[in-house]
Amino acid sequence: MMLARVATFLEALGARVNGMIVRLGFASRFFWLMLRLSGTSFRRFRLTIREIYFAGVLSLIIIAVSALFVGMVLGLQGYETLVRYGSADAVGTLVALSLTRELGPVVAALLFASRAGSAITAEIGLMKATEQLSAMEMMAVDPIARVAAPRFWGGVISMPLLAALFSAIGIFGGYLIAVQLIGVDEGAFWSQMQGAVDLRQDVANGIIKSVVFGVAVTWIAVFEGYDAVPTAEGVSRATTRTVVTSSLAILALDFVLTAFMFRGS
Amino acid sequence: MSSANLVEIDDVSFAYSATPVLAGVSAAIPPGKVVAIMGGSGSGKTTLLRLIGGALRPSRGAIRVFGQAVTSARTRELYELRRRMGMLFQFGALFTDLSAFENVAFPMRERTNLPERAIRDLVLMKLQAVGLRGAAELMPQQLSGGMQRRVALARAIALDPMLIMYDEPFAGLDPISLAVIGKLIRDLNDALGAASIIVTHDVHESLQIVDYVYFLSGGRVIAQGTPEEVRRSTMPFVRQFVHAETDGPVPFHYPASDYRATLLAGG
Repeated sequence: MMLARVATFLEALGARVNGMIVRLGFASRFFWLMLRLSGTSFRRFRLTIREIYFAGVLSLIIIAVSALFVGMVLGLQGYETLVRYGSADAVGTLVALSLTRELGPVVAALLFASRAGSAITAEIGLMKATEQLSAMEMMAVDPIARVAAPRFWGGVISMPLLAALFSAIGIFGGYLIAVQLIGVDEGAFWSQMQGAVDLRQDVANGIIKSVVFGVAVTWIAVFEGYDAVPTAEGVSRATTRTVVTSSLAILALDFVLTAFMFRGS
Repeated sequence: MSSANLVEIDDVSFAYSATPVLAGVSAAIPPGKVVAIMGGSGSGKTTLLRLIGGALRPSRGAIRVFGQAVTSARTRELYELRRRMGMLFQFGALFTDLSAFENVAFPMRERTNLPERAIRDLVLMKLQAVGLRGAAELMPQQLSGGMQRRVALARAIALDPMLIMYDEPFAGLDPISLAVIGKLIRDLNDALGAASIIVTHDVHESLQIVDYVYFLSGGRVIAQGTPEEVRRSTMPFVRQFVHAETDGPVPFHYPASDYRATLLAGG
């Protein structure tokens, strides 16, 4: 009796893991196919520009507002802590390093996943549910080339730009609080920041992170939409899965990338 | 079967994993004709269309379109074949982010190198043919169900196909739109010199416009004939279908255990 229960449990577990691996295989094949069929996205760049507008430009407001507040909080907290050690001037360094290395890419990617990723999944899923993708196939147009690839590249191009913007606006938010409100010396604020932030070590690594997040989030979003069960319920589930999976992927990838990039040097 | 037929379906079987859908279906669509495939829900009608379009592959049998085997065609050959096919999906399947004009222009932009002026003229001609030139700039959400179906029809004939397929073209339409679509199917078929396949369960509308009917039930062709023959048919299934009787060879009740025994067992 007990043994039978353990056996069923193991079987269920195995089936689940198996299913996940099969899905990962599908997602990888889809990714490969999408890359191979990306010619259209660049030959007819207007298709991709349209997606940059939907994924990138329409995410600007949420990115800008969030960045401003994150920067302002960093300014407050940073000053509050640093002033105890008499190094309030270093608040600029703290704000800039936190943003370019971590918060810029990560928070921007998380916001991007919930704003643009979910929209991409919902749109493609709905196109599938209403047979628009089948119709395209019957017109001898490959939906992966025409629908999936431009959205993918639109997201991949938008993401680093959004992350850079997030860092810039965040730093401005920190400046507003630390210099304008609290009264930290403006010259020290900027010059310490300039001295401490390294272009290659900090800025470039932040950009690399944001590119990786962009690929991961948009890949997940496009695949979930394309793979959605073609009903209203299936599309809503796929949309939820996009946000959950890509958020987890961002955090996990961030840890791995950080471990490689910053080793106390 | 003569090779003059546009579509030849030869002893085709198909199953979704373990569920058999079609079992040994044969049919032929000659040029210039409008052929209906009728049957109840779940009888495999739509599957047959997807097989002809090459979206699915049969587990047995062969399908030839324009004399070329769809069943063994490679993706590129399939795409070449599909250039000469048009398909109207059940609810139109218009691209929701494109206007009516751009929807009709879509196959031309994607599949031809026509200059913009020519595309504009062609699109307006197609829209004129379905009576919606005035609605060219409207988005799909702004069109009624019947109008959406007509724009989708204009899109299906955008590249002057030799074969037009209709998946439930009459589903969910008001009587006027229904008659309009029926008339368009017949007129466009004759104007293009094409052949049409209509998958439907709407007996009255389709019997008025088609040349030949196949009845599909349980994955088999159980009856066929001209509309006249169908109306006169004494076959129980065809009678039940054509006259919409609630009980007959297709039972009213889903198979279940004995009614009396079930109720008594519950007490």
